[in-house]
Amino acid sequence: MGIFSKLQEKIKSAIPRSVIRDLSEVLKSEQIVLDQAGLQAFETDALTAIQVLPFVVVMPESTDDVAAIAKISHKYDVPMVPRGAGTSLAGGAIPLSNAIVVCLSRMNKILDIDLMNRSAKVQAGVTNLAISAAVDRDGFFYAPDPSSQLSCTIAGNIAMNSGGAHCLKYGVTTHNILGVKLVTAEGKILEFGGSFLDPAGYDFLSLIVGSEGGLGIVTEATVMLRAKPEGARPLLLGFESHEQAGDCVAAIIGKGYLPVAIEFMDKPAIKACEEHARAGYPLDVEALLIIEFEGADEEIDASFQQILRIASEFKPVHKRIAGTAEEAEAIWLGRKSAFGAIGRISEYLCMDGVIPLSKLSHVLSKITEICNSYKFQVSNIFHAGDGNLHPLILYDANRTGEFQRVEKCGAEILELCVMAGGCITGEHGVGLEKRDLMSLQFSETDLINQMRVKLLFDPNWVLNPDKVFPLELAETFRRDESSSSDGETA
Amino acid sequence: MKTEFTKRQLRNSDTQLANDILRRCVHCGLCTATCSSYVVLGDERDSPRGRIYMIKEMLETGAAPDQSLTTHMDRCLTCLSCMTTCPSGVDYMHLSDLARKEIETRGHRPLKQRFIRRLLSETLPYPKRLSLSLTLGSLARPFRSLIAKMGFKEIVAMLELLPKRAKRTAEFKGGGIARPRGPQLKRVLLMTGCAQKVIRPAINDASIRLMARQGIEVVISKDAGCCGAMDQHMGREKEAIDHAMRNFKAWQALEDDDPIDGIVMNASGCGTSVKDYDHLLSKQKGIAEEVKKFTDKVFDISEFLIDYDLRTTEQWTDLKIAVHMPCSMMHGQRLTHQPFELLQNAGFTVMALDEPHICCGSAGTYNILQPEIATSLGTRKAEHIKRVKPDIVATGNLGCLTQMSHHSDTPVVHFVELLDWAYGGPCPEGVEHLQHRVDRLKTAETGH
Repeated sequence: MGIFSKLQEKIKSAIPRSVIRDLSEVLKSEQIVLDQAGLQAFETDALTAIQVLPFVVVMPESTDDVAAIAKISHKYDVPMVPRGAGTSLAGGAIPLSNAIVVCLSRMNKILDIDLMNRSAKVQAGVTNLAISAAVDRDGFFYAPDPSSQLSCTIAGNIAMNSGGAHCLKYGVTTHNILGVKLVTAEGKILEFGGSFLDPAGYDFLSLIVGSEGGLGIVTEATVMLRAKPEGARPLLLGFESHEQAGDCVAAIIGKGYLPVAIEFMDKPAIKACEEHARAGYPLDVEALLIIEFEGADEEIDASFQQILRIASEFKPVHKRIAGTAEEAEAIWLGRKSAFGAIGRISEYLCMDGVIPLSKLSHVLSKITEICNSYKFQVSNIFHAGDGNLHPLILYDANRTGEFQRVEKCGAEILELCVMAGGCITGEHGVGLEKRDLMSLQFSETDLINQMRVKLLFDPNWVLNPDKVFPLELAETFRRDESSSSDGETA
Repeated sequence: MKTEFTKRQLRNSDTQLANDILRRCVHCGLCTATCSSYVVLGDERDSPRGRIYMIKEMLETGAAPDQSLTTHMDRCLTCLSCMTTCPSGVDYMHLSDLARKEIETRGHRPLKQRFIRRLLSETLPYPKRLSLSLTLGSLARPFRSLIAKMGFKEIVAMLELLPKRAKRTAEFKGGGIARPRGPQLKRVLLMTGCAQKVIRPAINDASIRLMARQGIEVVISKDAGCCGAMDQHMGREKEAIDHAMRNFKAWQALEDDDPIDGIVMNASGCGTSVKDYDHLLSKQKGIAEEVKKFTDKVFDISEFLIDYDLRTTEQWTDLKIAVHMPCSMMHGQRLTHQPFELLQNAGFTVMALDEPHICCGSAGTYNILQPEIATSLGTRKAEHIKRVKPDIVATGNLGCLTQMSHHSDTPVVHFVELLDWAYGGPCPEGVEHLQHRVDRLKTAETGH
């Protein structure tokens, strides 16, 4: 090893030490995780197949803490990976070995509730459901409801532009966020939007929502609250085939009906969810639809009659309307726990493709074909109303090479979605999992232009790097950019 | 979740069990939100998922448990809220038992911690020693600040939790049989616990009167004692097994006399442990079947009484009772509605608390060993109580009763005390000032 590279090594190993020293100056010791066992608890998220040990994890308690951390990251040119509750299925919160993990879980306070203006201001580490819980007694709720809403943070929802079962009617995260406060890569504090619907000027807020922690670290959010409906009840429809269920969904939407939610579960999912939630799902059907309507009782009943009329063409073999609030609650508990419940059967890789509804039954049978060709079992649980598919490919994580095979199988499914006129992610985001598949969706020029936007916010490329964009393309892009900017200064 | 155990490691039955549990976890993180320590601390390492992950690493590498794992396991309340939440059915209870055993046998604890844990293990489960230490404790109370300065915050926490005045002595002492006055319909064994006998004997008295009045013969074995839960939660498996074996033998002796219809528990923390004896004693040779026969008929008293046609009460009252469900009932035994229904049927107005799934901070010896976190949780629970403004809080476990009495101004009693009162027994200790709000419609008999 030459003197120069030795020196380089020395400088490299000195950086983490200085970073940690600086961090300890701005944070309390219990806000910093350094020990091996503790760091391991942060090495992955809900995409458990991939683990990377970070060198430090910090748990800020305020926007100022985050700004101070960002300044240190900027000073030493050390990347930051923001993390909420670590529930990303796309690996959005998986660390990098040389990164500071900025975990927002301690920033879990509700700062202000403004019922007059139907908005709430919260710290970014507040869980999705905690917002609804805080205003429940007053008759309000926060609409987007990812299945992990019990534990996922609003910061993560903003990063991934999360959806959920009831987004069919209420829209996804971006339609329900009024403003954010964020810390930039250099440690500056910026605010976008406000507590009103449509801010003046360019809509930067919509750019932030869904940026996967690549443009800044969101520390506070102002969210839209909605009045709770008079009532809500789900209808269960069971079918003998996936295709019949799929066609039924397309017919309902095609005829212009807008239930709050249309959810699809197949046989393995029904069984696993029933074990957890005891919701009384029919166990002998191949596919089950949960269709929910809101409003006054008469309104719901009338809607159900219309849906049943449309559905009769597809020969449902099971029909049940939830009679009580408890029944409805159990039906939703089962659906929302579906991904975890599948854990009773097997490990899985969860896909997140979107397709036009008219292609639903065709795509569903193709997915089974693809999985069969890999000899993987597949379970489908998804938001059928907006064509957001979640095939869970079941595999044995302890068998060597299986994860690589399951990834390939997943890529084929997503390619199928793109070919059908859809896209590779509905609500989970790109993260680490689908970065290379972005080239299926976008041309190189598209991707380069997207990266230019990131560069404007994050010139040193330190915010959740290695995510979203194909790794090789991103490296080439950054090399080209730095040589051209060197050229400009020369 | 993927695990990396060698075939040799998996030959160990504990490791095999851990592997089966870990494979079920998909690391989805739902458990974090309902974890009593995570809601207070906001740290992945203090969540079930974080702990499961750290336990996995420790078991896979075979390394001795380090300080970090010990700290974060110690902060777990074993409320088992995570198990109610977990859609994958991850058996956190048995995994955490294994981890605690590892920590106790292979980890290192500072001398002071070892001393305090030993002290608890050697006093709390033994009524005579506990009585003596209560007397010593009341003498030591004035010196709390001095003890705190010496660094024994656990001892101070213990002194704070002690009953401030002497309790009534038990009406029913030792072993024996309480026979119903009328026809005998059932015969049950009541486990009277250890600390409960000393700290609030009225709970056992009320349980006996309540059941005897309903035609249930109540047997108390003088040989049965502590259930072993406290030792088990401190990782002292051997001591826990000793306690369990002693109880098992006591039951055998009783069953030889005359068959029993049920083993009734009135401290839900103990109930959770006793219901799990078939697992705890699974390595004891030749008794598995018989243990299972017993554990199958262990019931919380609310669970036993709910299937029972309690007679109508002879009183009218407007008292509002907030029910605090102990975690051991809600999560450990998955009992959700029984105390609510029983109290309602007995004529009380019953209310639920917000965040019912979060622990009050008692958790066995937790409020002694982790006083700061226990205080945060106790205060949080007290705020929920304040919001619904009940006259009385009812619970089903002595630990919760002590913890909430310490943090809340509202009197806290065991629900059996209220039921006994409603069906003709005396007014529970601590709520005498509310007696005027109960109208007895006719004089009820006290049949024991």
